[in-house]
Amino acid sequence: MSSTASFATSPRRRLAMPWPGLLGLAVLLAWLLIAAFGPALLGHDGSDMGDADVFAQMSAQHWLGTDYLGRDMLARVIQGARYTVGIALLATLMASSIGTLLALLAAASAPWVDAVLSRGIDTMTSIPSKMLALIMVAAFGSSLPMLIPTAALIYVPGAFRIARSLAVNINAMDYVTVARTRGEGRLYIMLHEILPNIINPMLADLGLRFVYVVLLLASLSFLGLGVQPPDADWGSLVRENIGALASGSAAVVAPALAIASLTIAVNLLIDNLPGRAARGAH
Amino acid sequence: MGAQIQVRDLRIVAGARDAEQTIVHDLSFAIAPGEVLALIGESGSGKTTTALALMGYARSGCRIAGGSVRIGETEVLALDEAGQRALRGRRVAYIAQSAAASFNPSRTIMDQVVEPALIHRTASRADAEAKAVALFRELALPNPDTIGARYPHQVSGGQLQRLMAAMALITDPELVILDEPTTALDVTTQIEVLRAFRRVVRERRTTAVYVSHDLAVVAQMADHILVLRDGETRELGATAQILTAPSNDYTQRLLAAARPKVREAGTPGAAATETPLLEVRQLSAGYGPRDRDGQPKALILEDINLKLYRGQAIGVIGESGSGKTTLARAIAGLIAPCRGEMLFDGQPMPPLLAQRSKEELRRVQIVFQMADTALNPSQTIERILARPLQFYRGLSGEPLQRRIRELLDLVKLPSTVAGRLPGGLSGGQKQRVNLARALAAEPELILCDEVTSALDTVVGAAVLDLIAELRRELGLSYLFISHDLHTVRSVCDEIVVMQHGRKLAQVARADYERGPHHPYYELLARSVPELRQGWLDEQAAA
Repeated sequence: MSSTASFATSPRRRLAMPWPGLLGLAVLLAWLLIAAFGPALLGHDGSDMGDADVFAQMSAQHWLGTDYLGRDMLARVIQGARYTVGIALLATLMASSIGTLLALLAAASAPWVDAVLSRGIDTMTSIPSKMLALIMVAAFGSSLPMLIPTAALIYVPGAFRIARSLAVNINAMDYVTVARTRGEGRLYIMLHEILPNIINPMLADLGLRFVYVVLLLASLSFLGLGVQPPDADWGSLVRENIGALASGSAAVVAPALAIASLTIAVNLLIDNLPGRAARGAH
Repeated sequence: MGAQIQVRDLRIVAGARDAEQTIVHDLSFAIAPGEVLALIGESGSGKTTTALALMGYARSGCRIAGGSVRIGETEVLALDEAGQRALRGRRVAYIAQSAAASFNPSRTIMDQVVEPALIHRTASRADAEAKAVALFRELALPNPDTIGARYPHQVSGGQLQRLMAAMALITDPELVILDEPTTALDVTTQIEVLRAFRRVVRERRTTAVYVSHDLAVVAQMADHILVLRDGETRELGATAQILTAPSNDYTQRLLAAARPKVREAGTPGAAATETPLLEVRQLSAGYGPRDRDGQPKALILEDINLKLYRGQAIGVIGESGSGKTTLARAIAGLIAPCRGEMLFDGQPMPPLLAQRSKEELRRVQIVFQMADTALNPSQTIERILARPLQFYRGLSGEPLQRRIRELLDLVKLPSTVAGRLPGGLSGGQKQRVNLARALAAEPELILCDEVTSALDTVVGAAVLDLIAELRRELGLSYLFISHDLHTVRSVCDEIVVMQHGRKLAQVARADYERGPHHPYYELLARSVPELRQGWLDEQAAA
């Protein structure tokens, strides 16, 4: 689960991505499309209980069987994709951009700004992430507008650490010194001189962080603290249908597989990005 | 005693199998036993690649595609992996450019020097150590009996380079490859190392290959010189013939670039009544936290006085650690001086960047040594040049484009480079863009920090020509920082000599050749290798 593989990409691989990367890309695109358009294409509402049995087996009518209330499982998974992918994507984008901006500020400012920011964020790192999430949910209740900032807050320190270590190196380059002697402001140095040179490794990092956020949300939902019924993301789908675990019904296996396929796909893609991180690094 | 070396039709290719590029083209040469052959050429000429191929080694991404390399009776390229491993370090030894990077910092020097002998089982540990001490003595290292017990960071760079030679010679190799062994050293250190190398090579009659870009150094070391360019032989001949009667035009250009040349800029115009453009008074500066008296922990510059008149070029020369770069940074406002003041055009100039006005900033521009790190790799040349024009003069649209073209023209670059990224330019071109960016601000003073040090001789000479020409045409003033006395002499009207953060002497152009000077300046002047054979022997005799 690291991006080192992409650093070691040989020059020959630069043009075409190897097949595991392409597979990852295909699966990720599929899930994104499903999250965006799936519910609309479905044609019927997933909350419709119909007349089917509870935990029905896979059939022509219900491709993935039914859940504990007799709802169509395929529809539930497709609707869950919107929550899982959407929340995780928003939270990751927030975490990465806040982390990167703070890191740029830390690198381009006076040493004391850097010290305050870095130590402050170190303090946040020392709080266990699940605990922090539990406390936030306990304090403010569980809702979508609450979940996204919580997940973002938890992953800001990681993004900050990586971006800062990259930005500090760029900040020591002569071209940044030249910009400084020219009299450029801090914002220009942050956004025009440093940011373009750290953006590629940060994009690779964004992908990895996305995976962590997906897993955090799934586990929160599994504990009943994430997305609340009747809405459901994949984590809560697993929890709702945990009763069918013994019988091996698709109702519990399908959302679990969905989580696994998404996270593995993103990892495969990131690890095989064609020389992107490598080029950004020097 | 060295071996006879015979290289025939050596061809080395690089790149993926379907898109190979030949980087060394069918090279053939021979070295008689006990002779030294120099491989000379600019970066990218294939000289190091060729030298490494003598050990049967190709860097990753390269492949030896054909030809033959014979050391004595052995055909190196026909050996298998194990055979080549047995050869390397035993019969062929390699001395790299940076000794500091070649030593393991966590083991003692002796451990590492005797390692080749132990790996190849040519001697017992005790014998190897005795031999190492003898070699230390031969290489004129201080305290030869005890220096082996030290760690690499406890000896100087020049000593480390000689210790590496001891490591290479401990197995009595038949061929020694020296790859730019003195390039990273200061001139006064270089001369000691050269002397030591020359003595061991002579006394042991080792066959050697000396890779370098510096003709003056090579003239002292080599019996024959092979001039390489783009992986092809340009000229191969005895050292005396190459130096005095080169037949190839590239060799002639190389020699012309290496010869010291005075680049007069016409009007020094240093009337004593005129206000100096830049006056530095009793400047002290340093790094680290300050104590109660405002004295930084590490004081780098002490009590510097300097006057630079309009249109003048002053060279600041000194060895690494002399504080010359810190002086430039203090003038540019990058570090706060702890004492002293600076006057620009008679007006006091605030010490720090943040306190200076845009106009004050515009009038002083700095040009850095490494053009690679001085240009933002993610911006096109056009954008790099446009920024100071927009920033200082608010240009846009057609006037901006015209000015960019003018600037490129001024530094003699085709306007087609405007759309390219710095990565697509050569080292010399990048340094020209670097200069053009400084010129864009229309400064009155340019601080040049080692601007030609990272460039090849021919390219560096062209950049120096450009600098002198710009001074003539635009009436610019320069503070020119360099470790190379030749460079400074060729473009500057006055030389400031620095050592340990103090200004030792100031020498005007008229007095360059006339003494007496400060002993340290004399030492520096004596240490610069001259482009003729026998110079090193004269120095040794003196």
